[in-house]
Amino acid sequence: MTDQPDRGIISSNERRKPWIRKTLTLTEVGLLGSLVVIGLGPLLWLAKAATTPTRDTLREPMALWPNGFDIANLATAWNHEHLDRYFLNTLAVAGGSWASQLLVATTAGYALSVLRPRYGKLITGLVLGTMLVPAVVLLVPLYLTALDVPGLHISLINSWWAVWLPAAASPFNVILVKRFFDNLPREVFEAAMVDGAGPFRLFWSIVLPMSRPILGVVSVFAVVAAWKDFLWPLLVLPDPGKQPLSVRLPILAETIQLDVLLAALFISTLIPVVLFLVFQGFFLRGAGLSGAVKG
Amino acid sequence: MIDRPVVPATARKVPARKVRGNGLATVVFLLPMLVAFGVFSWFPIGRALVMSVQQTNLVTPATFVGVDNYVYVLHDPDLWTAIRNTGYFAGLALVFGYPIPLLLAVLMSEVRRWRGVYTALAYLPVVVPPVVAVLLWKFFYDGGPTGVFNTVLGWIGLGPYPWLNSSSLAMPSLVLEATWAAAGGTVIIYLAALTAVPPELYDAAEVDGASIRQKVWHVTLPQLRGVLLVTMILQLIGTAQVFLEPYLFTGGGPSKATLTLLLLVYDYAFGSSLSGDFGAATALSVMLAVVLALLSALYYRLTRSWSQS
Repeated sequence: MTDQPDRGIISSNERRKPWIRKTLTLTEVGLLGSLVVIGLGPLLWLAKAATTPTRDTLREPMALWPNGFDIANLATAWNHEHLDRYFLNTLAVAGGSWASQLLVATTAGYALSVLRPRYGKLITGLVLGTMLVPAVVLLVPLYLTALDVPGLHISLINSWWAVWLPAAASPFNVILVKRFFDNLPREVFEAAMVDGAGPFRLFWSIVLPMSRPILGVVSVFAVVAAWKDFLWPLLVLPDPGKQPLSVRLPILAETIQLDVLLAALFISTLIPVVLFLVFQGFFLRGAGLSGAVKG
Repeated sequence: MIDRPVVPATARKVPARKVRGNGLATVVFLLPMLVAFGVFSWFPIGRALVMSVQQTNLVTPATFVGVDNYVYVLHDPDLWTAIRNTGYFAGLALVFGYPIPLLLAVLMSEVRRWRGVYTALAYLPVVVPPVVAVLLWKFFYDGGPTGVFNTVLGWIGLGPYPWLNSSSLAMPSLVLEATWAAAGGTVIIYLAALTAVPPELYDAAEVDGASIRQKVWHVTLPQLRGVLLVTMILQLIGTAQVFLEPYLFTGGGPSKATLTLLLLVYDYAFGSSLSGDFGAATALSVMLAVVLALLSALYYRLTRSWSQS
């Protein structure tokens, strides 16, 4: 996706014509302007409002700090409203979901693509089948499953496992990783086997190191999805001490001062935005992938 | 799109020894997946089907009631409100969210300087946590004359509008925010598809004397036909399950104007604090799922047939 094509719709000949060049420059300026207003504008406003006293934001929402800054909002949100706590909870939820998804996707992908047991086709079919089932159908039965895990008769409610474990059952990850492994050169595996590597050694020392690009994509997917998720953690984590930011913020919104709330929203946005700017490539590659699950 | 690793030079030609799963190791590798999918995917899917024909509330033992749950849901006047609202949301989301990303992507694909800046700006709203976006927009939508949007519109003599408090404006307000939050992802998909258009097609069109507008109409858009269909299906599947916006913005109000299907499922199951009507909730989810499964089946058919061609 990163490589520029030699040419787009407009040819280099056309680009040399003065009126086309002018129109193009105007379009670029207009496009950049609209993207700044629409994409960045609300976030800049949030940054401003997070450091403005409530009264000013309510009275003149578009004015720039009419009566000065109120930096203390940020500290109040972080310390007094325990945003630090919910932030750590979010990290725990996302980290655990990441680990469980990566474990399941890589081991399953390896078994189905490299080891290829005879019944592998059947399992792949069962995994593919779940992709046809939309998330909505699972909401209630999955909740009841978390309430009383079959076979174990324990409740996962108020435990992060209730988020981590269902996240691992992602057919999208398994298929993505399996297809990537399918494209790895099998001669390398066979050579490693001849050199005496067992299935575990082959997985750990050969297949995984060759799979960094796909592991990066799956990781970004996993962390972003966990960070965004709202309904499921709302259902299975009723204890405020366990709740991530996404679940906690709407409840805070009802109870705390507006300026502190806006500061809290700002802090919650800052981290994913910084992560995005640092790992842009992985984010955008993942976004492009969701449009075409490549075969 | 994913870099294929190059075969290392050390890959020796050896008599092929088949790598094939031999019993125990394969089972060990499959185990995490079998447990995760078994307990948290396959079992709940089966359970949904069973529960939709049962009377279940966790307090009394489940009893078989046949299609009673389905009949109950189909006779609930709220269902038809929810179907209408969800359809309205999906329709508006197509009107707002379909042409804009396409236009943005086509324009962005012709930008030669700082292309990354454009992409990053377009994708930025997607990175904002959805809950934060909704809470922020809820404040923007303040109905008073000093609300953020009303202030800005006041500069050009419009408003003030009641936004979320009006049953006619509430749904478009929700869709506007949802479009803002999602458009960036669609733009990226289109950009990827645009770079895949073979440049020879444009060269050929120029030989035939095509103008820029004609090239867009006769080369670019036909080449994007497939990806346009897929994003439409993905968007329909997504909007049919919309929950966050109506739940957090309006709670389904005012006077049920934003009650959507998933909100209704949630209300059946978890809405009352006493005991949820899980049978009705699963019956409704199963019906919705059947419709969506048809759409997903179409989606996988389409993506698969391209990757093979």
